[in-house]
Amino acid sequence: MTVRVFVPRDSAACSVGADEVAERIAAAGGAEVVRTGSRGMLWLEPLVEVETAAGRVGYGPVAPEDVDGLIAAGMLSGGGDSLGLVEELPWMKRQQRLTFQRVGVVDPLSTADYVAHGGTRGLLATLAMTPADVVETVVDSGLRGRGGAGFPTGIKWRTVLGADADLKFVCCNADEGDSGTYADRMLIEGDPFTLIEGMTIAAYAVGAAEGYVYLRSEYPDAVATLKDAIERARDEGWLGPDILGSGFGFDLHVRVGAGAYICGEETSMLESLEGKRGMVRAKPPIPALEGLFGRPTVVNNVLSLATVPTILAHGAAEYAAYGTGRSLGTSVFQLGGNVARGGIVETAFGITLGELVNDFGGGTSSGRPIRAVQVGGPLGAYLPVEQFDLPMDYEAFAAAGAMVGHGGIVVFDETVDMAAMARFAFEFCAAESCGKCTPCRVGAVRGVETIDRIVSGTDRTKNLVVLEDLCELMTDGSLCAMGGLTPMPVRSAVRHFGEDFHV
Amino acid sequence: MTSEVVAAAPVPVPGRARRVREIAEELRGLRGALIPILHAVQEEFGYVDQPDVAVIADVLNLAVAEVHGVVTFYKDFRRKAAGRTTVAICQAEACRSVGAVELAEHAKRTVGCGFGETTYDGRLTLEEIYCFGNCALGPAVQVAGKLHGRVTATRLNALLGEAR
Ligand SMILES: Cc1cc2nc3c(=O)[nH]c(=O)nc-3n(C[C@H](O)[C@H](O)[C@H](O)COP(=O)(O)O)c2cc1C
Ligand code: SF4
Ligand code: FES
Repeated sequence: MTVRVFVPRDSAACSVGADEVAERIAAAGGAEVVRTGSRGMLWLEPLVEVETAAGRVGYGPVAPEDVDGLIAAGMLSGGGDSLGLVEELPWMKRQQRLTFQRVGVVDPLSTADYVAHGGTRGLLATLAMTPADVVETVVDSGLRGRGGAGFPTGIKWRTVLGADADLKFVCCNADEGDSGTYADRMLIEGDPFTLIEGMTIAAYAVGAAEGYVYLRSEYPDAVATLKDAIERARDEGWLGPDILGSGFGFDLHVRVGAGAYICGEETSMLESLEGKRGMVRAKPPIPALEGLFGRPTVVNNVLSLATVPTILAHGAAEYAAYGTGRSLGTSVFQLGGNVARGGIVETAFGITLGELVNDFGGGTSSGRPIRAVQVGGPLGAYLPVEQFDLPMDYEAFAAAGAMVGHGGIVVFDETVDMAAMARFAFEFCAAESCGKCTPCRVGAVRGVETIDRIVSGTDRTKNLVVLEDLCELMTDGSLCAMGGLTPMPVRSAVRHFGEDFHV
Repeated sequence: MTSEVVAAAPVPVPGRARRVREIAEELRGLRGALIPILHAVQEEFGYVDQPDVAVIADVLNLAVAEVHGVVTFYKDFRRKAAGRTTVAICQAEACRSVGAVELAEHAKRTVGCGFGETTYDGRLTLEEIYCFGNCALGPAVQVAGKLHGRVTATRLNALLGEAR
């Protein structure tokens, strides 16, 4: 029997040579190369795994030119200079992978692999329940939206289920515009059937007939993988007019974004899906009642939807047993930036920021001390190392003037200029503002000017007051969280790193 | 408008209007068809020209102004052809933390044009992007659609040299 060798096809792994490594191994002969998603140990990419009687043995990072030497040293039988069993690596062992259980393990486009690793169990359980019971299971699980705001997913579904309409939609927000976040992309590239299953469960629960995934154009590999997976799911009867013989029908389509950060905001995303400029809608009405084309619509993040199959397969109580306070279940944290061991860490909520950044991340990649981390994307706060004991928990972060957001953590070393980062936050908001409201559209431009004056020493004290005033106005007066949250990185930079503003 | 961009301006394609209409008619049945149509036109012709806007508006029964508004709202839609190779450098926070701004400065000096511009010989277009989702392996650079991670100045020089 030929040995199976696993090489990721994830775009991050390919960005550092995984395709070339896979080609070399295939060319050497004697092995079947299976392309998988990434395990999320991105500093080890390209990570090659060899199937042995004891389990999968890892090698990494493997450069294309290393391949011949590794094979000569016995890699194809698990020998030579390996990392040992991948499942036993401390980074993997310390995690609790539920949403990401199959990512990096299976061939993302193999329906047989999917079923063999527990796929469709959640959907089968769903089809045997009433829609209302499915909704209540999701409510009981405590699952909150992973896209940033943390709104309870089940409550949202309950509203859509209760709405009376000729047609309802399920829309997946896969815009993932935040810097430092890439879990949505990795899930779609590494285990797309999970998202499809989650959306189908959502559709059954609320009575929706059509679904759309709004996927950003910056992720071409994810677009290709998801489109392919949807076709295969149709062939298996996991989508279509009569899903798994249940009589329930649902179909799914991919729509590609066009390079606008604001289209991650849910109402702006709906406008874009309707073929319009991505301008934010005032709420109410909420999308759950009047969403896509005015119909009741579920809008959820990729990870919220991809977690649902696990909850339905194993029950609400099992999922809710993870986590802390009102932040239940697991979250997929993403370590990025200037970090020695960047990647995906799925654990229960409640792990501290310091455990993630130091224990998992291993400090900076530059070897210099950490100065700041930004949590929750470009609209999230910059936190100093003194706050590393903060637990990852929506409420604890809010109390500290910060946010968990989509779980992205970006590390900066001591060379970072925090006034420049605060300026960039305004610059980004000015460039990406949808333009509908004045506090955001004009405030962000004024913010850039004000920081320039502070840094250059022009009326510094007065301009710091102007800056604070502007932040307050944007927070209170903006129509959406783009303008409303831009002050968060700015204020946290001034508060914790005042010396960079010469305060 | 710099003279380089004018020099790289496209030659009108004969029959373009007919082909744009064909694309628009093929996709008009989709819900929210406008953006998929614009993507398809750009995919085929490399940019969305002003005459295309009128054709698409006609097929979808929309005002020309409405289609124009959409084309200009989204950064992906170009109004002019790009160079033969597009080099997109991530400038978002995670890549900034590992020197993406300095890398971009190096790229601009090396190829002799700024972000959103094309070199005088039409060989390269430089773009700034906010996040490819490769934030643990930054700086991230995309050359002709292929993503590269941990790009140093030396590596970028090689990539720019290979781009013909
Ligand atoms: C400026 C802005 C950008 C956003 N970007 C995203 C995004 O990229 N992905 C996402 O899922 N949610 C994003 N959101 C949050 C969405 O508006 C919405 O809350 C979310 O998609 C709901 O799904 P969830 O309940 O599953 O989290 C953004 C919000 C704002 C204000
Ligand atoms: S805050 Fe900014 S992005 Fe949000 S609605 Fe107002 S202008 Fe648009
Ligand atoms: S910040 Fe550059 S790829 Fe995400």
